[in-house]
Amino acid sequence: MTMEASNTRWLDYAPAPESTSILHLKKSYGLFIDGDFVAGSGRSFTTISPADEHSIAEIASADAGDVDRAVAAARKAYNSTWSKLGGADRGKYLYRIARLVQERARELAVAESLDNGKPIKESRDVDVPLVAAWFFYYAGWADKLEHAGLGPNPRALGVAAQVIPWNFPLLMLAWKIAPALAAGNTVVIKPAETTPLSALIFAEILQQADLPNGVVNIITGAGETGSLLVNHPDVNKVAFTGSTAVGRAIAKSTAGTGKKLTLELGGKAANIVFDDAPIDQAIEGIVNGIFFNQGHVCCAGSRLLVQENIETEVVDRLKERLVTLRMGDPLDKNTDIGAINSRAQLDRIRALSDIGEEEGATRWSAPCEIPAKGFWFAPTIFTGVETSHRIAREEIFGPVLSVLTFRTPAEAIAKANNTPYGLSAGIWSDKGSKVLAVADKLRAGVIWANTFNKFDPSSPFGGYKESGYGREGGRHGLAAYLTNAVLQSGANK
Amino acid sequence: MTIEQAVALAPASRAIDLIGGDLTEKSLRLHLEGLPGVDAVGLEARAAGLGTRSIKTTSKAWALDTIIRLIDLTTLEGADTPGKVQSLVAKAMTPDPSDLTTPRVAAVCVYGDMVPYAVKALGPNSGVNVAAVATAFPSGRASLPVKLADTRDAVAAGADEIDMVIDRGAFLSGRYGMVFDQIVAVKEACRRDDGTYAHLKVILETGELNTYDNVRRASWLAILAGGDFIKTSTGKVAPAATLPVTLLMLQVVRDWHRLTGERIGVKPAGGIRSSKDAIKYLVTVAETVGEEWLDPRLFRFGASSLLNDVLLQRQKMTTGRYSGPDYVTID
Amino acid sequence: MTHLAIPKTYKLYIGGAFPRSESGRTYEVTTSKGAFIANAAKASRKDARDAVVAARAAFSGWSGTTGYNRGQVLYRIAELLEGRRAQFVDELRSTDGLTEAAATKQVDSAIDAWVWYAGWADKYLQVAGNGNPVSGPYFNISTPEPTGVVAVIAPATHGLLGLVSVIAPVILSGNTVVVVASESSPLSAISLSEVLATSDVPAGVVNVLTGSAAEIAPWLASHADVNALDLAGAEALEWVDLQIAAADTLKRVLPPESGLPALTVDRVTFFTETKTVWHTKALI
Repeated sequence: MTMEASNTRWLDYAPAPESTSILHLKKSYGLFIDGDFVAGSGRSFTTISPADEHSIAEIASADAGDVDRAVAAARKAYNSTWSKLGGADRGKYLYRIARLVQERARELAVAESLDNGKPIKESRDVDVPLVAAWFFYYAGWADKLEHAGLGPNPRALGVAAQVIPWNFPLLMLAWKIAPALAAGNTVVIKPAETTPLSALIFAEILQQADLPNGVVNIITGAGETGSLLVNHPDVNKVAFTGSTAVGRAIAKSTAGTGKKLTLELGGKAANIVFDDAPIDQAIEGIVNGIFFNQGHVCCAGSRLLVQENIETEVVDRLKERLVTLRMGDPLDKNTDIGAINSRAQLDRIRALSDIGEEEGATRWSAPCEIPAKGFWFAPTIFTGVETSHRIAREEIFGPVLSVLTFRTPAEAIAKANNTPYGLSAGIWSDKGSKVLAVADKLRAGVIWANTFNKFDPSSPFGGYKESGYGREGGRHGLAAYLTNAVLQSGANK
Repeated sequence: MTIEQAVALAPASRAIDLIGGDLTEKSLRLHLEGLPGVDAVGLEARAAGLGTRSIKTTSKAWALDTIIRLIDLTTLEGADTPGKVQSLVAKAMTPDPSDLTTPRVAAVCVYGDMVPYAVKALGPNSGVNVAAVATAFPSGRASLPVKLADTRDAVAAGADEIDMVIDRGAFLSGRYGMVFDQIVAVKEACRRDDGTYAHLKVILETGELNTYDNVRRASWLAILAGGDFIKTSTGKVAPAATLPVTLLMLQVVRDWHRLTGERIGVKPAGGIRSSKDAIKYLVTVAETVGEEWLDPRLFRFGASSLLNDVLLQRQKMTTGRYSGPDYVTID
Repeated sequence: MTHLAIPKTYKLYIGGAFPRSESGRTYEVTTSKGAFIANAAKASRKDARDAVVAARAAFSGWSGTTGYNRGQVLYRIAELLEGRRAQFVDELRSTDGLTEAAATKQVDSAIDAWVWYAGWADKYLQVAGNGNPVSGPYFNISTPEPTGVVAVIAPATHGLLGLVSVIAPVILSGNTVVVVASESSPLSAISLSEVLATSDVPAGVVNVLTGSAAEIAPWLASHADVNALDLAGAEALEWVDLQIAAADTLKRVLPPESGLPALTVDRVTFFTETKTVWHTKALI
């Protein structure tokens, strides 16, 4: 009963892998249209595990005809069943879905970590519980829409086209589908090309819930499929989460069409640490802010703004903390940092990090052992970053933190706001009056004070400026899926 | 004696080194009030996160033995008798008669008047220390001379370690200097004739300090005044040890080490009854101050029933089947 | 003796001042029957640029005032407008060819619109925001905040009421505005500017451009420092192109209205951003 190898640290902990035996995957998956899995007409593709690049399943790709069929199924379901159903019954379907997600939580978590590369502790403790919570929350709204403060008789828009990213595959699906169905819309949703798996298992849940055919259609494919979907003439609503570049293109292509559009795009959040911060919690918050989900988070605290007089201390403590992070098998229950989602994303993170060095910032990476296969990037900090550096301005979407300093609250605010983005920000201070005043001045949609990366279905989420428009979550999230009689009619007195 | 004794130093020297020679109530207060605040939500979230580590196979085996090695096996009852203490000592020396590879615990922890019986039962070279609670434990509501006499008495009887309580009333009313002076005095009372000191553990009784900010200040204060260990609780007040409080005290100890290079011990006591809970503490130690703290010189569990649960788990790992309470001894 | 009238020189309103167009251009404003009334300044893209700079400069101060304060400022506008009713009635009669009764009705409605929106300044937050019952020890509140600099194409008709109907809901929350006035009916826009200049509205909060909306609007739609675009009066323009240009910086865009924009709190909240603030809560 002693440790076998004396040179191993106990801290390295023996492997504690989550079993994949709970998964019952098919070799290939079709498109989920009108309640059934059907073959896609586009060229199918393989989804792989980013941790070791092994193939998981063959995935269908939807071409223009498939998109037509999916939208037609959603339209038919809207006209014939869903719009005729009472709010209470729509709510009951959503409650059913929520329960089924809870029942199959472990399976969904394993699938998510396998396909996305995120640590199982995150998919198990954050993503999947929030998915269930999102359906529970919006289930209750379905028969209470007239109390949402959006006018006396809010009505559904019709067919919603939704395109979601790969960083929180199932959670983003829930953010999109739950409010859409609660408000009475039907849905065609396209998961990201690299992470379709959990959405396809979710399709099975919809079958188990006996959701009427066509109310939710899930089509897989690459960016072209997404473009076909959002530009389809028979959709009434477009909801997109992803890059600002794609969001901009969608805003252009939907201009003048009358489609209601909500966009949740990129960010370059400032995480502001004052010298009166609760320091141990601030360090944890910085770590959680940028290294949660490998930094693949649009609201990640990628710019650390630290008060100049504590910069050295904060950076030293941060480095000490990062040394204790475990990078490796996403399915190991002790893994803190999983795999980068794709080779393309890894290439981008590497390229921007190289640029950071070229621009003169100092790079430090945690001494992690990089697995031989798969896509990996060790948690990295850049110090000596100036506001003009590209790593201080561009979204890296990876585990890379840029450290900048400030001397006064006014300077912190100015630097935090000096970006075309405006999604989120963090503030760390024990002084309540300062926290609230700084929160007032930050031009960002979500401000976390003495915490970071917290999400809740009752709490609106979304950005200012080029981080997009519209809110997801809460009462505000319903507005994206309901008509606004006054503004849309252009009614005159 | 396997556990190193504290280096003899003038008891208030830490405070003088850090704050300056003109140590006053005021300078002490300013120093303590300048410590960073604690955000309870973040602290508790971090502790909960550490609690989700999954410790398996070889790591678990090492953890179970380590827990035993870190236990201060404790009996602190009004009904304690020499016989009860003798029985406790036997358990401390041979925790599992069915498996003699089981390590011994770090110490037995008893009331001062029981020290002679513990010392006698342990005999020489047992490798197990005798810790005595002192200073009018658990309330600490006695005059300083009484507290000092209590301490000297235990040391003279052969106690290797003294677990003192701070005056929580004085602390909560802001009389930090008084708390400081008492710890310094007790430390002085730990001095043996040969110039060595009994190891001093300072019990903060965190359940009565109530806030995390107070716990941080009290921890810092206890270290400044010369404590070798900071200990959460007497076990007589709820809540006793919690993971967040222990994490916070470990953070203080880590900061002290960062500042001075000196290593201070931490002892959570009371309420840790299962191996599963104890492993969470080991994880918290390893990931906060580092694995080197998983050593009886720097970390202890104040516990009584924990030992048997660890023994059951240990038997499970050895035999591959679940064991039962009849297969471990009562004390 | 008859008094020989002194015609007014109609200029732009930018940053609290009344400059001529930097381009030196003017255009003729005529009655509905074509008779000359006045020369109005014909704003250029550079005037639009200057107006955006003025609006941005005013944003921090204006959005930093209290709702109660902004409500009083808007109410003060109504007070001053009330005192100049006759002038506005005259202008509307000449440019829009309205009867005295119709012109009077429009001026009265414009005054009432200021009063109605003034009352919203310290209330829209309560209607559009709320606390959120998150699962955890967090204080969590969502409140609307002004979007920033808003460019507005005013309705082509209803020279005064149209203008008020688009300016008031935008500025009451703390936004600042660059408005392109009705090309055919600019006189009340400039006269309204004179009211604003003598009221308590800080310089730069409202900036008024007269001239060709078709010429100026694309510059505003594509301007990176404009946060939102109200196309209320852009129905006759190539407004889809404007919306496309606005997409480059993800501006919030309100599509054209077929008539006079209704008074509604939705017009207020459209030009706000919901900010959600989380803070930890703990007794210990």
